[in-house]
Amino acid sequence: MTDQLDAPRVPAGAEVEPVEAGTPRRASARRLRSPSFVVGAAMVSVVVLVGLVAFFWTPYTIGSRGTGERLGGPSAEFWLGTDKLGRDVLSQLMAGATNAVVVAVCSVAIAAAIGIALGILAASTTRWVDVAVLNVVDLMIAFPTLLLAMLIVTVRGASLSSVIAAIGISGAAVIARITRVNASRVLREDYVVAAAASGTGWWGTVRRHVLPNVAPTLLVQLMLLAGAAILAEASLSYLGLGPRPPYASWGRMLNEAQSTITAAPLAAILPGLLIAWTVLGLNLLGDGIRERSDPSLRGDR
Amino acid sequence: MLRYVAVRLVTLVVSLVLAAVVVFVVLRLLPGDSAGTTLGVGTTTDQLDQLRSELGTDRSALTQLGQWAGALLSGDLGTSFVSRLPVGELISSKLPITVPLSLAAFVLSVLVSVPLGVIAAVRRRGVIGVAVSAVSQLGVAVPVFWVGVLLVWVFALRLGVLPPGGFPRQGWDDPGAAVRSLVLPVVTVSIAMSSVMVRYVRSATLDVLDQDYIRTARSLGYGRWQALARHGLRNGAVPVVAILGIELATSLLGAVVIENVFALPGLGTLLLDSVNGRDLPVVQALVLAITAVVLVVNFFVDLLQRAVDPRLRLGSTLGTSGGSR
Repeated sequence: MTDQLDAPRVPAGAEVEPVEAGTPRRASARRLRSPSFVVGAAMVSVVVLVGLVAFFWTPYTIGSRGTGERLGGPSAEFWLGTDKLGRDVLSQLMAGATNAVVVAVCSVAIAAAIGIALGILAASTTRWVDVAVLNVVDLMIAFPTLLLAMLIVTVRGASLSSVIAAIGISGAAVIARITRVNASRVLREDYVVAAAASGTGWWGTVRRHVLPNVAPTLLVQLMLLAGAAILAEASLSYLGLGPRPPYASWGRMLNEAQSTITAAPLAAILPGLLIAWTVLGLNLLGDGIRERSDPSLRGDR
Repeated sequence: MLRYVAVRLVTLVVSLVLAAVVVFVVLRLLPGDSAGTTLGVGTTTDQLDQLRSELGTDRSALTQLGQWAGALLSGDLGTSFVSRLPVGELISSKLPITVPLSLAAFVLSVLVSVPLGVIAAVRRRGVIGVAVSAVSQLGVAVPVFWVGVLLVWVFALRLGVLPPGGFPRQGWDDPGAAVRSLVLPVVTVSIAMSSVMVRYVRSATLDVLDQDYIRTARSLGYGRWQALARHGLRNGAVPVVAILGIELATSLLGAVVIENVFALPGLGTLLLDSVNGRDLPVVQALVLAITAVVLVVNFFVDLLQRAVDPRLRLGSTLGTSGGSR
């Protein structure tokens, strides 16, 4: 019963055949030949680079008040124009990239840390722990991220950390389930039994056999999760529940530019384009990694 | 099957109870003082104490949980901190907007994505197949509210053919205006949903097309479409039913976000206002109600999957995942 709640959320191909640690793989060669991987990596790199630059420097400071005229068009001074408070659109977009990178990295890190630990715990201990973890995880998966974020924001107020906590916890459930499914498959393999027979301890088995085998699948999921995290943060910020100024956010920019879209369309179009660009890049990167670990999928999904 | 239904029903009830407890714990036990935020700064301690005892937040957490659970079972969802209206009444007054919005978006996206997904799979290397894949890849990456903003810009502000937002004051007494104000929101939500669904339908159909029984049927002289129609539909339906269930729940959440883009006074707007106003009883009831819908839909999806695919019934009641094989 429990296995079905989230079955469709685990995309086809999410469960790879175990590869014994140390089996030669021509991973790097195949990776280079995957167009999804190359394009996705390039798209994501641009955003990360801009985010890094904006962390140290933006053309204009990100403040609540602008320096230019209101709703100015693109000019030599303000390349992408100004918004309704006279703030430089380019600077805000750049700072938005920093915010997106921070949200993606932090929430994925939380999801991975909690999810992988829970998943391996569920797969390798007694049945009762397994059933308990799985049921909690399934409930968390059925509980929408947006609603969890709203609960947390109701209590803690809108902030960067509230958003990251909500997305990280929701993501942890998905990662835990995928880790559990794949880890328990690996743990049934003959070479794991052989390792146990030859005196390898629990941690040794996890480190040498389980983690390397589940890593490719998890990496794909973490990429998809990073994209989902950026979309979720954008939605929450658009609704006014995201990080507050001085943090810039693409979602909040969109909200602020919505009412002035006829006068200054760029300020409303560009944040959405950047969100789509980043998420598309992460999804392609995920597809590319999946193709690398399972070449039979290439071009079909 | 009967045993499975019984086991699954128990899980549903347990999940609902757990969800209620989680919602309560997050809202009431994490630090934060709703009485203080409701009244704002500059209130006296006496006023605060009075409001707290009125709201019941001065009692112990366990007492509050017990009272809430008791009230829930008798159908009483509580009273809003802010508007002082019964929460049940507040919610039901918003349903005439949110329910048609999410159901229409769901139906529209099924009508679009199922045929498109099947065609894209059968003609996977053709123009249609490649185009559908590319557009859906883009569709899942685009934020849904941005699509709404752009649609308003083009169809309401530039072309002026549809209202930019809001809902007629007379509501459904003015059906023409009500429908017109829902067109753009429905299209927005279903663009996002179709993009997700078309990928699942396509991949389910591809799985089916690879099966031996399709090859056998083809070798017997059936055309690709005939073979698929005769043998593939029911097999492909199993994973598709699952994703349709998830998407039905997603349509409700999509509506919650999109109502705020189009200033529709539905459940989503109510939820956002309540979150901003820290109106705990309303947030609590709404979050629980939406989660309950998700869980109940999941329950029926599981049953429907078993009805469609007898092979799923053969396993133990705990079953394995209703995957593609």
